[in-house]
Amino acid sequence: MDRTVSIISKNFKKYNIESIDEYLSLGGFKALEKAFDLGPKGIINELNASGLRGRGGAAYPTGKKWEQASRVPGHRKVIICNADEGEPATFKDRYLLQYDPYKVIEGMIIAAITFNANEGYIYIREEYKYLHDKFRRAIQLSKEKGFLGENILNNGFNFDITVFSGAGAYVCGESTALIESMEGKSGRPRLKLNRTSEKGLYQLPTLANNVETLAAVTSILYTGGEEYGKYGTPSSRGTKLISLCGNVNRPGAYEVPFGVTLREIVYDIGGGIKEGKALKFLQLGGASGAIVPPSLLDLKYCYEELGNKGIDIGSGAVLVADETNRVVDFLKSVQDFFLHESCGKCTPCREGNRQITKILNRFVTGEGSVEDLKTIERFSNVMKYASFCGLGKTAPTALLSAIEHFPIEFYQQIHRVRKTS
Amino acid sequence: MEKTIVDRSLLNSIDEIIERYNCDKHNLLTILQESQGLIPEHYIPEVVAKHIGIRLNMPISKVYDVITFFSALNDRPKGKHVIQLCKSSVCRLNKYQSLRDILERELLIKMGETTEDGSFTLEYSACFGACDVSPAFRIDDKVYGNLTEGKIIEIINDYRGISHG
Repeated sequence: MDRTVSIISKNFKKYNIESIDEYLSLGGFKALEKAFDLGPKGIINELNASGLRGRGGAAYPTGKKWEQASRVPGHRKVIICNADEGEPATFKDRYLLQYDPYKVIEGMIIAAITFNANEGYIYIREEYKYLHDKFRRAIQLSKEKGFLGENILNNGFNFDITVFSGAGAYVCGESTALIESMEGKSGRPRLKLNRTSEKGLYQLPTLANNVETLAAVTSILYTGGEEYGKYGTPSSRGTKLISLCGNVNRPGAYEVPFGVTLREIVYDIGGGIKEGKALKFLQLGGASGAIVPPSLLDLKYCYEELGNKGIDIGSGAVLVADETNRVVDFLKSVQDFFLHESCGKCTPCREGNRQITKILNRFVTGEGSVEDLKTIERFSNVMKYASFCGLGKTAPTALLSAIEHFPIEFYQQIHRVRKTS
Repeated sequence: MEKTIVDRSLLNSIDEIIERYNCDKHNLLTILQESQGLIPEHYIPEVVAKHIGIRLNMPISKVYDVITFFSALNDRPKGKHVIQLCKSSVCRLNKYQSLRDILERELLIKMGETTEDGSFTLEYSACFGACDVSPAFRIDDKVYGNLTEGKIIEIINDYRGISHG
């Protein structure tokens, strides 16, 4: 049974994004009208009722975040939509930008009303350069219809959006690194003495949200918070866009209600493993996510049930690997990625990734040792607890979970037992 | 590979970009990206980096901090078309190596190299979000996925300007 739903993804491939009228005929900008009626308090109430949590990976309740942010005073405030979707195996934000850009624009305006901001930026990764001009065009058309610019829908509210191009740095998905790069510096994360909502871009109050979160806000105001919250499980409410990929028959971005099982995702939605092979493992949440063995396939896809097993939903990536893949080879590709993307600011992440890569290479070539296994585990834990930002903290997640679930794959690669000093 | 000759007219165009962004150093990343876009070899020559530094009143070390930090900015010249092959975890599971072998054979170069005529550079890239059509590569800004050997040869020939009717 196909458990996919269409709430956030309702408009995918349903209209031509060159035509704002087609979006309007699908109920577009109705949520915005409602937002003006509700006002900031009313919007936050709807979000709280929906149970929406940040879809970028941190999963902080959006209603709570916006409520705290709306109390920050300031004349000049900024909205940022984080479309720097750099997590490997993740492409669901691309679907939103590609197939329903107006929903994202609408979500940004609703955020601006709540936060009382007049400036908006959407930070789209350089790798999606082919979408930059399409999004600019959507902004332009929205402006012509009076949804952006001055005196929006005669409510006396001004808001405009500028597209900012990323430049190929994974770490810039972290909001303070993203802001640094927008200020003309290299994208290294900041020491967070203040919340971004207090001092963000150019030290101005800044509200930054993921693309999917903002699109969900539009859907929630359109359908109603209570109604949206009926999907999912009691503590993980609503729906989630997942990026299903790897050795699976039907890769793609799908919307699922929280609470479907991993088995349903892989076998019903994804059509099973390519060429009828057996499943070796899943990786959830992208390169920074945990490795999940087939024995956990009946877990429900929701924050609490996965969380109990130390697995994060993260970006919503569901990567499927078949039986022909060796775990150590896979980990090497994950590790190469983090070695390349570590910004070098803090020692645990910079040196940890470097040393783990070296040691992991020995496992790939079958020259590992028992001490090596202990060392990578120790270094991983140092990185997890001592790194400056989320990149270093989550970089060893795959490795640690692989050691937990597939220890035999490491032992098979151990060449000889070295003597400890 | 030929380096770009930086002449007065190129610097004038870069000045236009700088002025469009109010000579404000906060716009450095955008200025660098747009400047690189003017240069056929997809890089920022040292003369240009220095020029931008002077115009924005910032040390050249800061300019190079940004150029070398971001993958989309280059300090060395590349071929006319840059082929970036994704070798992320997803494309690894889907065997990007098979694409690599075909590309290397067709272009007669190895990964990281540029063809003798300067028309193609072949390099690895981090995930660019084409996992639903993996394994994939991108040529300049365009993404190609769901590839077969015949399709790859056809795409390369298209860029070479050779008809295959």
